[in-house]
Formats: sequence, C-alpha cells, structure tokens
Amino acid sequence: MDSPLDSVALFHIGPVAITQAILTTWAIMAVLVLGAYLLSRNLVLMPSKRQAALELIVSTIDIQIRETTGAEPAPYRGFIGTLFLFILVANWSSLLPGVEPPTATLETDAALAVLVFLSVIWFGVRGTGWGGYFRSFAAPNPVMIPLNMMESITRVFSMFVRLFGNVMSGVFVIGIVASLAGLLVPIPLMALDLLTGLVQAYIFAVLAMVFISATVEDGRPETADADPSTPSREMER
Amino acid sequence: MDYLSIASIFCAAFAVSFGALGPALAEGRAVAAAMDAIARQPEAGNTISRTLFVGLAMIETTAIYCLVIALLLLFANPLLG
Repeated sequence: MDSPLDSVALFHIGPVAITQAILTTWAIMAVLVLGAYLLSRNLVLMPSKRQAALELIVSTIDIQIRETTGAEPAPYRGFIGTLFLFILVANWSSLLPGVEPPTATLETDAALAVLVFLSVIWFGVRGTGWGGYFRSFAAPNPVMIPLNMMESITRVFSMFVRLFGNVMSGVFVIGIVASLAGLLVPIPLMALDLLTGLVQAYIFAVLAMVFISATVEDGRPETADADPSTPSREMER
Repeated sequence: MDYLSIASIFCAAFAVSFGALGPALAEGRAVAAAMDAIARQPEAGNTISRTLFVGLAMIETTAIYCLVIALLLLFANPLLG
C-alpha cells in the first residue's frame, strides 16, 4: 500500500517534480478564477437568478465572519472566502473518479497554513501597525510573551495537521474499504466524507478568522477600550 | 523483522486505539449535552448544532493526531531508516 505521507511525482518540468496534487490544485484554481470571472462579469442592480445565488454565497460568508468574531467583514471577506471555497472544492474534488483531493497531501495543507500564518501578521500590522502587532503578543500581560510566540506557530501547525489528518484519513479509509469490498460499499463513507470536507473547510476558515481578529483586537491600544466607559463615569458624577 | 518494527506496529495500534477512546467519550458527552439543550430550547437549534459540529470536529482532531502519529510510525518511521 502506498504511504499516505509521501506523494509520487507524475513527471518533471526541468528540476520541478509535478505531482497529482499540483495538477489538481491548478485545475481547481483555474476553475475557481475562471468561474468567478465569468459569473461576476456583468453585475446588475436587480439580480438575476445567477447573481442572487452568488450574492447568497457572499452574504453567508459575511454573516459567518460577523457572527464568529464580531469584526466588520469587508477587509477579510476576500481572504477568508477564498480560503473556504478553495478548501471546500478541494475536499469535494474526490467526488470525481480518479481525483485525489489535494488537501489529502501534506504540501497543500502546509502551504495553506503558512498563508494563514502570514495573513495574521499582515492583517495584524495593517489593523494596528507594527507596534500594535508586537503589543498583541503581550496580550493579557507581558508574562505570556514566550507562550504567545510559541502559540502563534503551534496553532497554525495544528490547523495544518487537522486538515491533513481529516481529509487524508477519509481517502485512506475509502481506499481500504474499496480494496476489501469493491462496488457500492464505500458509498456511505464517501457521503460522510462530504460532511467532513464541508466541516473542515468551515473550521479552517473560521479558525483563520478567529486568529486574525484576536491579533487585531489584542493589538488595540488600551485607551481605545476605555473610551466608551469614560463618559458614563462622568455622568455618574 | 526486527524488534524495532514490531514495536512500531504495536505502538501504532495502541496509539489509534487509546487515541480513539477519549474523543469517543468526549463526543458522546458533547452530543448528549447538545440534545439536552435543543430539547429545552428548540428555537436555538440552529446555533447549537452549528457549534456542535465545530466542537465535534475539534474533539475529533485529537483522534486524528493519534492517527497521524500511527501513520508516521508505520510509513515514515525515522528510526527504521
């Protein structure tokens, strides 16, 4: 049986080995980008059916961002939405015969986790400046600085192993069952895999959003938090 | 087959079996608590089940970690070379 931990190169372009995961990833990227371009080419004020469906997706993502973190969704919509849609399509690409989801390989998940790690820095710095970003490490009090620094790496690592483990175990179990029983028996497991894929995509996106908004919140200067309470105190006097 | 690979296989089996125990108990408790909450307050069912799914996936992650360790032992054992 093939190890689920290494990936086999299909062919080489110069020194670069091309695996099946890379081909699938690029195919998914092409489908998503082309689809987004074609579907959103002529948007009108009175939405057609197609545009209403697109708006439903966008507004659902907005609602989820607002509900889970309370942040204004506008700056995060693009990144979080793309992350969710890409992982969802990647997880569900196993429905096509012969396609193994790219998220079932270590490299894709590691790349996604690195993206989240960098985006936490990017949004943290953009939200509150470098000072605010570094202040976010001393969030409850400065004693926590080493722990917070370690956490910023381990939480991303755990996201990566979570996504990889869940998707890979689904593929692995279906492979084992298919080799034992063949036709029709793996279908309930594949249905379960669809649910797992959806939930994992949701969790990945929500966790990325939570990490980003926690960094932005912790980076805010103390005075901004105290502002709303000051007038009420004066009124009491 | 030397002792190292036999030990690896046993440890992989133990990692998966004991790693499945805790999450199974925890998921049972979580689902029971969610059922209780939905029975008391059916109108909050949507929020509860969404949070339940996320929580279940989080709990399940601990079992997945054990599975990854087991697969590392079986397929990518650094000691076996």
